[in-house]
Amino acid sequence: MSAAIAAEPKVAGAAAGVAGARSAAEGAGTPESKYKTGSRLERVLRDGHFAVTCEIGPPQSAKSEKIREHAGVLKDVSDGQNLTDNQTAIVRLCSLAAAVHVKAAGGEPIMQMTARDRNRIAIQADILGAASLGIHNLVCLGGDHQTFGNHPGARNVHDIDSIQMIQMVRAMRDERKFQCGDEIKTDEPRMFVGAAENPFGDPFEFRVRRLAKKVTAGAEFIQTQCIFDLKRFEEFMKMVRDAGLDEKVYILAGLTPAKSDKALKYMQTVPGMKVPDELIKRMAGAEDKKAEGVKITVEMIQAVREIKGVAGVHVMAIAWESIVPEIVEKAGLLPRPRVA
Amino acid sequence: MTTQKPETAKAAEVAVGGGAANAAGATGLANVAGAPEFMPKIVAFCCYYCAYSAADLAGSLRLQYPPTIRVIEVPCSGKVDPVILLRAFEEGADGVYVAGCMEGDCHFLKGNFRAKKRVQAVKKILDQIGLGGQRLEMFNLSAAMGTRFAEIATDMTRRIEELGPSPIRPEALAARKAAAGAKEQGEVKTR
Amino acid sequence: MIVAEPKPIAEVAGLIKAAKHVLVVGCGECVTVCQAGGEKEVEILASALRILWKIEGKDGTIGTQTIVRQCEPEYVVELAKKLKNADCVLSLGCGVGVQFIAEAYLDKWVVPGLNTKFAGGTVKAGIWEERCGFCGDCVLHLTGGICPIIRCSKSILNGPCGGSQEGHCEVNKEISCAWQLIYDRLKGLGKLDLLDVIQPAKNWQTSRDGGPRKFVKEEAMIE
Repeated sequence: MSAAIAAEPKVAGAAAGVAGARSAAEGAGTPESKYKTGSRLERVLRDGHFAVTCEIGPPQSAKSEKIREHAGVLKDVSDGQNLTDNQTAIVRLCSLAAAVHVKAAGGEPIMQMTARDRNRIAIQADILGAASLGIHNLVCLGGDHQTFGNHPGARNVHDIDSIQMIQMVRAMRDERKFQCGDEIKTDEPRMFVGAAENPFGDPFEFRVRRLAKKVTAGAEFIQTQCIFDLKRFEEFMKMVRDAGLDEKVYILAGLTPAKSDKALKYMQTVPGMKVPDELIKRMAGAEDKKAEGVKITVEMIQAVREIKGVAGVHVMAIAWESIVPEIVEKAGLLPRPRVA
Repeated sequence: MTTQKPETAKAAEVAVGGGAANAAGATGLANVAGAPEFMPKIVAFCCYYCAYSAADLAGSLRLQYPPTIRVIEVPCSGKVDPVILLRAFEEGADGVYVAGCMEGDCHFLKGNFRAKKRVQAVKKILDQIGLGGQRLEMFNLSAAMGTRFAEIATDMTRRIEELGPSPIRPEALAARKAAAGAKEQGEVKTR
Repeated sequence: MIVAEPKPIAEVAGLIKAAKHVLVVGCGECVTVCQAGGEKEVEILASALRILWKIEGKDGTIGTQTIVRQCEPEYVVELAKKLKNADCVLSLGCGVGVQFIAEAYLDKWVVPGLNTKFAGGTVKAGIWEERCGFCGDCVLHLTGGICPIIRCSKSILNGPCGGSQEGHCEVNKEISCAWQLIYDRLKGLGKLDLLDVIQPAKNWQTSRDGGPRKFVKEEAMIE
């Protein structure tokens, strides 16, 4: 059932599984081939399968056990696992290191990078580091403002924004150039580049135009903010199709299973989230709220699968990672496809 | 009309204790046995159109109010600047108030609103420097309210009597200096 | 103009604690407009501090002087006379003014009475808002006259971010989303296509990131 690519020679120690990451046997991808990187997620999408990605939130400590545990549970029910990067500006074990742990546990890490904490020098350096450790997926984000986090007094960087980051990462891969224009003489980092989009952000009419900008900049896949308002998402996807963007980028619909109506009510307060009241009523009326939450998510997966232009789902179950296998199974998405 | 000293008992207590200053800002002066009764010095900035006219009316009606009020006529309460309110206190006033027209009836339309905001701002400053914002107030009345004028004067006087003399009255400062000098001398003697 | 806010009186009192003869210096330009350090504010503060010193039983003098502007040596020299007997200068100028005074009178202890905040303008009487990010390479022609560097909390050049909601910035509802404003403005001007262009990564060398800056105009230099 495991769809891991060629097994890497294991090396004892903390950085297990990363030696030989760039070997040809692993299929690191070339500018000429159909697959540009060594990413499993890329293969799944380019081969035309409906993809499943999920999320792991690193801890606020140096402990890596839970990360490996979650990776162990999620690796066979998804094509990639996102490692968040100081989410909501709270200091956590960094995405790069967490990605290395996921890889060691047999998973397919999707690294995240925010523009808030690092300047272009640090970002490029981290990308080189990630690539050298066998990480092939990178999502470029702006990042929540640090006033949301536990270090509101920090100086925020924002040297470049997410769109400029996408351009930069693609240029490192396809033009073999650093942002300053210098050549990367050998072993350029080959990342499968993703970005985020919020179908519910304002101004609504501008969202698709901004998505087009991300695609022009070079985004290859998009993970959306979690969807509860199906109607609005359908409207959004129609605008996406009208702009021809569904043919240019893989869009993964973001979904989060809710544990209770209280959880849904809280999500209504998060900026950028839209939760219809009917959903809250439905949850409130349910006896087994967790089971209802799973049911709702499964229904959503089935619904978005029907929408033309949706290439997969991104299941964000932070603090409830254990429920993902059940959701993916009930949605009829197992087994995950085998790819070269 | 003479003023009643409400804190006679307290004063005796404090006098025994050596005349230390109390939290409300009163000095050792009024509490030292044999000192003259505390006669507040209150400055009232009164606008020509309403408050000052009311003061005139109070006079014509022979209404009694404490002789503690020094009235300063201004063309509009809005002419009163925070600087002159502070200066009044700096020069030793125990209390200050600004009296203007009723809200909505200011002869210059918004002058009394400006005065109100400035009085609020200076009250805050007075709290921050340890003088106390209660020593400053804003009142509104019309030209026909002679009785109200007398009432305000009386109320403010009572308030200031309770708060005690300003800690920076020249006499208070002098007395404190003398007390400090005496204490030092006492210390020298005991060494 | 430069907008500054008065420091709390308690803090200012602490700064001048060790002094005996203080000169409170005001500035006739920006801080007069934002009512933080003009002649009036100088007199108010000086009076308040004198009362405070009297209550504390502290001996000393607090004098005042307001000059045309503190960021110009030719006016700063006018302070010399009153400074002769002063051992402390409490400047109510913006950070620039404080520094020019300190530089001109090396033997005097110069302290700031204001917290200099930003470059902005009057939105309404009593309300001043930040407008310019001092990036050194103005791009206001690309955004319909709204600065993305400083009015966007994340200095995004290809905005908005996902946190923009109903015209508000995700940081707090009182902040308008700059990119919503830019979008509306350009829409009204019929220039929305400006937003389809990807703005490249900014060269921040012209901003404070490149180090302290200087502007020289040769023909204005008289020797």
